[in-house]
Amino acid sequence: MHAFAERFSTNSASAELRRAKDILGEDNDVSDVMWGSNAGFGSLARGIPRFVVPAVQDPSAFLRMHTDDHADPSCRIKIKHGTTTLAFRFKGGVIVAVDSRATAGSYVASGTVKKVIEINPYLLGTMAGGAADCQYWETYLGIQCRLHELRNRERISVAAASKFLSNLVSNYKGMGLSMVKGTMICGWDKTGPAIFYVDSDGTRLKGDLFSVGSGSTFAYGVLDQGYRWDLTDEEAQELGRRSIYAAGHRDAFSGNTINLYHVKEDGWRFIGNYDVSEMHYNGPGGTGGYGYDVRVEGRTSANPPEEVPATEA
Amino acid sequence: MPDGSFSNPQQRQFNPYSDNGGTILAIAGADFTVIAGDTRQSEGYSIQTRYAPKVFRLTDRAVLAVNGFAADGNMFVKKVKQRLEWYRHAHAKDMPLRAIARLIQTMLYAQRFFPYYVYNILGGIEEDGSGAVYSFDPVGSYEREACRAAGAAQSLVQPFLDNQIYFKNQAAAPNQPHPAHLPLSDVLAIVIDSFTSATERHIEVGDGLEIYVVLAKGRSVQGLEGVRSIQELSTKSDGDRVFVIRRDLKKD
Repeated sequence: MHAFAERFSTNSASAELRRAKDILGEDNDVSDVMWGSNAGFGSLARGIPRFVVPAVQDPSAFLRMHTDDHADPSCRIKIKHGTTTLAFRFKGGVIVAVDSRATAGSYVASGTVKKVIEINPYLLGTMAGGAADCQYWETYLGIQCRLHELRNRERISVAAASKFLSNLVSNYKGMGLSMVKGTMICGWDKTGPAIFYVDSDGTRLKGDLFSVGSGSTFAYGVLDQGYRWDLTDEEAQELGRRSIYAAGHRDAFSGNTINLYHVKEDGWRFIGNYDVSEMHYNGPGGTGGYGYDVRVEGRTSANPPEEVPATEA
Repeated sequence: MPDGSFSNPQQRQFNPYSDNGGTILAIAGADFTVIAGDTRQSEGYSIQTRYAPKVFRLTDRAVLAVNGFAADGNMFVKKVKQRLEWYRHAHAKDMPLRAIARLIQTMLYAQRFFPYYVYNILGGIEEDGSGAVYSFDPVGSYEREACRAAGAAQSLVQPFLDNQIYFKNQAAAPNQPHPAHLPLSDVLAIVIDSFTSATERHIEVGDGLEIYVVLAKGRSVQGLEGVRSIQELSTKSDGDRVFVIRRDLKKD
């Protein structure tokens, strides 16, 4: 049919489409061509994005010279670093806990960073190392996971999602991506709860328990001594919170607040945000601090030991 | 050697970056956002110009402040404006603020291996009418916040903002909790005080101050009455509105 006539026809295929769109309440004044155009930014699904690289002999040396603040604290471009993150698997699912401090050199660049990246309702990623690298590639991973769902009518497994990320970042191996510290891809798929550790030099590990970042050794200390498979949900959440608190307390590059997530069969749930100093003095829900009373209670007259109520015989 | 050759090995480095000083800051209110920057541009101890704007109106509801290497910053703003114009031609509307924030992330990250040496702060009005501030690192990691300072005097201004905006280390009076958002007049006073103080204590800050104020659609100009040297920049009077306030800072 003539294209112009078709626009006004009531029984052609395009009219069917028009009716369907009306029912769905979709925008009619924006044509499909427009959504696919470059100016409409309909170019997201067209493969891996491209990057500008400086025209020098060794691009990664160039990047290292200007951005690596561990080797050279006086370098110009300070990329946000920091961190303690942990995730563990137990019978009730996966606990993910992180701190919220980002440092550039010795300056606390932010105390409110979201280091858990919500890839989709069933997948979480953690952020340790370069903030931009994790944010960007895990958002990109989210796009690919959605495409997997649309193509295969099935949610992507945690193993496949983490392998996708691993393959993606290892394409850039040696070019200076600073996901070197590593990310944990956590979720629940048809095999149950799962955690994979992925980093930018190509490592990908499946495991029950990981902690990553400058404060990881402190977190492991608490985590390892309190970990069992048959932890209850409440015990597991408390263990995650207490471990990040330990790192926030002893590691200068970690701190500010704790973000806690719990992944179960029906997807992840945000449990809460907890101030590290609040945890030190008062504890979660004001039920007793992790660090203050245990050290000073009963030591001075200003801090008398809590009175024990007389038990009835 | 007389023939121009060297007897020792020589080393060359490609260093395309420079730091042009200055400071920017943004504060979000309930239904407005204030974005400000000084206008001094310097390199080392010498002042290149006393008027180089660092804050730019992108749309009637978005303002971008750029700090760091001025050449990179100007180029970056130019490219963001170009993408926003393309969007306007394709969709016949302005890009929403949270979309501009994501656009800036992808544009910065496209330069991951040859970064723009710029710290961006995006301020404006979200589609729900709330004031918003987004801050970025040079390679595109970003976060929505209530306030942020960046640049040379970041470490002087940010602690002041933490105290005055977030009420950090301040105990509230009994039965009088801290307000969630400050009124516009208070925010303007805090911004001006931040810059006069930073000018006193930091050599790279001074000369002039440009304060952009974005008001949500339908909000009265309450808080802007009687403000000296204010100018409206919005294209429509029935949508979100943008104003700029220009002030002098000390020039020594």
